[in-house]
Amino acid sequence: MAIATSPRIESRQALRELADALKCRAGSKPVVSVCRGTGCTASGSGRTYEALRQAAAELGMHEQVEILGTGCHGLCELGPLVVIRPRGVFYHRVKPEDAREILDKTVGSGELIERLLYKVDGDAIVHEHDIPFYKKQMRIALRLNGLMDPMSIDDYVREGGYQSLAKVLLDYAPEQVIQEISASGLRGRGGGGFPTGRKWASCRKAHGDVKYVLCNGDEGDPGAFMDRSIMEANPHGVLEGMIIGSYAIGAGHGVIYVRHEYPLAVRTLRRAIEQAREVGLLGEDILGSGHCFDIAIARGGGAFVCGESTALMASVEGRVGEPRAKHIHTVESGLWGKPSCLNNVETWANIPVIIERGADWFASIGTEKSKGTKVFSLVGKVKNTGLVEVPMGITLREIIYGIGGGILGDKAFKAVQTGGPSGGCIPAQYLDMPVDFDELTKVGSMMGSGGMIVMDEDSCMVDVARYFLDFLRGESCGKCTPCREGNQRMYEILDRICEGRGAEDDLQLLADIADTVRTTSLCQLGKTAPNPVLSTLGYFRDEYLAHIRDKRCPAGVCRALIRFTIAPDVCTCCGRCARECPVQCIAGKTGKAPAKARKDARTGKKKGRVGEPFRIDQDRCVKCGTCLDVCPAGAVRRA
Amino acid sequence: MPVVEEDRAVQGADAVVDGYGVRRDSLIHVLQDVQQEFGYLPRASVRRVSERLRVPLAEVLRVATFYSAFSLEPQGEHLICVCMGTACHVRGAPRIVSAIRRHLRLKDGRRTTEDMKFTVKAVRCLGCCALAPVITIGQDVHGQLTPDRIARVLRNYE
Repeated sequence: MAIATSPRIESRQALRELADALKCRAGSKPVVSVCRGTGCTASGSGRTYEALRQAAAELGMHEQVEILGTGCHGLCELGPLVVIRPRGVFYHRVKPEDAREILDKTVGSGELIERLLYKVDGDAIVHEHDIPFYKKQMRIALRLNGLMDPMSIDDYVREGGYQSLAKVLLDYAPEQVIQEISASGLRGRGGGGFPTGRKWASCRKAHGDVKYVLCNGDEGDPGAFMDRSIMEANPHGVLEGMIIGSYAIGAGHGVIYVRHEYPLAVRTLRRAIEQAREVGLLGEDILGSGHCFDIAIARGGGAFVCGESTALMASVEGRVGEPRAKHIHTVESGLWGKPSCLNNVETWANIPVIIERGADWFASIGTEKSKGTKVFSLVGKVKNTGLVEVPMGITLREIIYGIGGGILGDKAFKAVQTGGPSGGCIPAQYLDMPVDFDELTKVGSMMGSGGMIVMDEDSCMVDVARYFLDFLRGESCGKCTPCREGNQRMYEILDRICEGRGAEDDLQLLADIADTVRTTSLCQLGKTAPNPVLSTLGYFRDEYLAHIRDKRCPAGVCRALIRFTIAPDVCTCCGRCARECPVQCIAGKTGKAPAKARKDARTGKKKGRVGEPFRIDQDRCVKCGTCLDVCPAGAVRRA
Repeated sequence: MPVVEEDRAVQGADAVVDGYGVRRDSLIHVLQDVQQEFGYLPRASVRRVSERLRVPLAEVLRVATFYSAFSLEPQGEHLICVCMGTACHVRGAPRIVSAIRRHLRLKDGRRTTEDMKFTVKAVRCLGCCALAPVITIGQDVHGQLTPDRIARVLRNYE
């Protein structure tokens, strides 16, 4: 039950007293923290959570231990994740059946449950902070993820929440806040990397009494879910950042734009806003400072282009998300034509910590031009997939191998794709490069929002380029010709190449169209659309040539360029492939496989018809891969 | 979900529009709530929204066809969304789509089964990238899928 129910928090003193009271009440009670982020929920953590609560009640332990459902812990691959604090014992793949044992043994008598411990090369690692995945991270934006209930403002206050807001409202003039953020070196975390302090300063200087502060929660880059986790796990961190920003800029209204695909984030943020209003941290005269600010939520309709600032604002206004040329920036004229400061979720989440610990501290982390940390979603063909927050300047190798544990199945690393559809693929020769805004751009990619998709020897880079162009031609708003027509044509060329109908001059044509699209498109979607093609063409030209000259897909991905055959000695003559084949091009005879029939004959088992191994008619095969998917014996070969 | 008859479509639209206070800038939210209630945007609802908000029908349809959240056709009882994000693509999403369509016997580009039980849609990244490949069926998220597990997953909804 919350201590902070209806009374307004009127002053910094009241906030401190509340935090102290909440810390006191929590005492040193052990906490069983269950990740209820979207990833672990998909793995069943909701049932695990309920089982723990039930077991606590049945064992009479519900007063002595807290069962806490939290936001995303980050190591989604191993969920459901449970961490027992304060000791920090880390259990993975926890099922509802494990609940009672955890409470009885680990909480009750400190005994560890071997099968639930995470192991590296057979050795069990007990504590969360010792696990390589977490050990090498530096969590700033994600600092509170496993420590609190996202639906509780009490938990946020207990962990020191809103103290930075109090400091800013009561001790700083708005210009001082801007100076502090500028001195920290914080650059936008959504992809643009624009210096945050400079953006705030421009918005403050802009003419007009009505100004807006916006949060870009669109997170359209496929493969990225950092902002989702922050919004779901620590909504108050985002709110606090925005209120601080609103004071610095002189804005009275805020909007958080959340993409349509994140309904849990919408619910969590709505609840957080209600709670903040209840206690007076949003609304009139916040903490007695005289500053007034409130926030509304706008839901996206499902359009990647609405991550672009002017398209986002058009969407908030109820219009289609078509960007406009930015001769006049949105800090001068944005939402409803008023000065607007739009920052990404992760950017806002960093603000309270910078105020708390100081600009100098933040600037001491990272590289010369990229300060602080960045949250990456490390996904794809890597062993430990999940969310990773690391200081700028760490190498790709340390992220992929040190934290990610290396490639799935220990296959060969081929490339890592960063920056979403605006970025590029980085090959193995750059594994030891430091990761920061400028270094990634130098190798033909970009930071983007933080998606980091690892690819191995089984990924076809021409297929990857085609994938991104397919995405972009669908998401193009259609307003300007180069993007609308250019992306469509680039897709068609790549599709032809993947289907084995490419020609040598296609590569020059691709490069020419890419150049036109890049230089003449209206917005960054179009301007950066050629990046995936140009970067794969630059580093993997041989693969393109194999598709064009040899009609071969070295990675074995492009269906039209691979041959499906059935290994006659593995085929069990079940006939399933023939039944499922959409063009009936597989023939054989069902029955006992010949090898089995011969073996049975020797042992006297003569019953049953002998089959004939099935064969694919290569002239009629449409390369759909159905036979490969349905064969129970693994007899279908792909070459 | 079945086709909605006209009166209900109009009344539903009215209730949503009134809830937002008849504001032009509420257009996208109004359409989202109608989509949520009926499973699609009935033409009668779209016309009513156009009248009430005083936005030309062409403009409302422009918004409805621009954003992928909206469907102008009735959809099946269970909406299967297959994530086509990069991580899912790299971990085999195209084969998952084929497997689902094969299991539901969907041919010739049809997205909804004859009995209106299932609609299959390829969607943009759902943000569950660490569990790729991912599908959602309604509000349920199913991750780390393989083609051979499809039948078992879908059986729970049949």
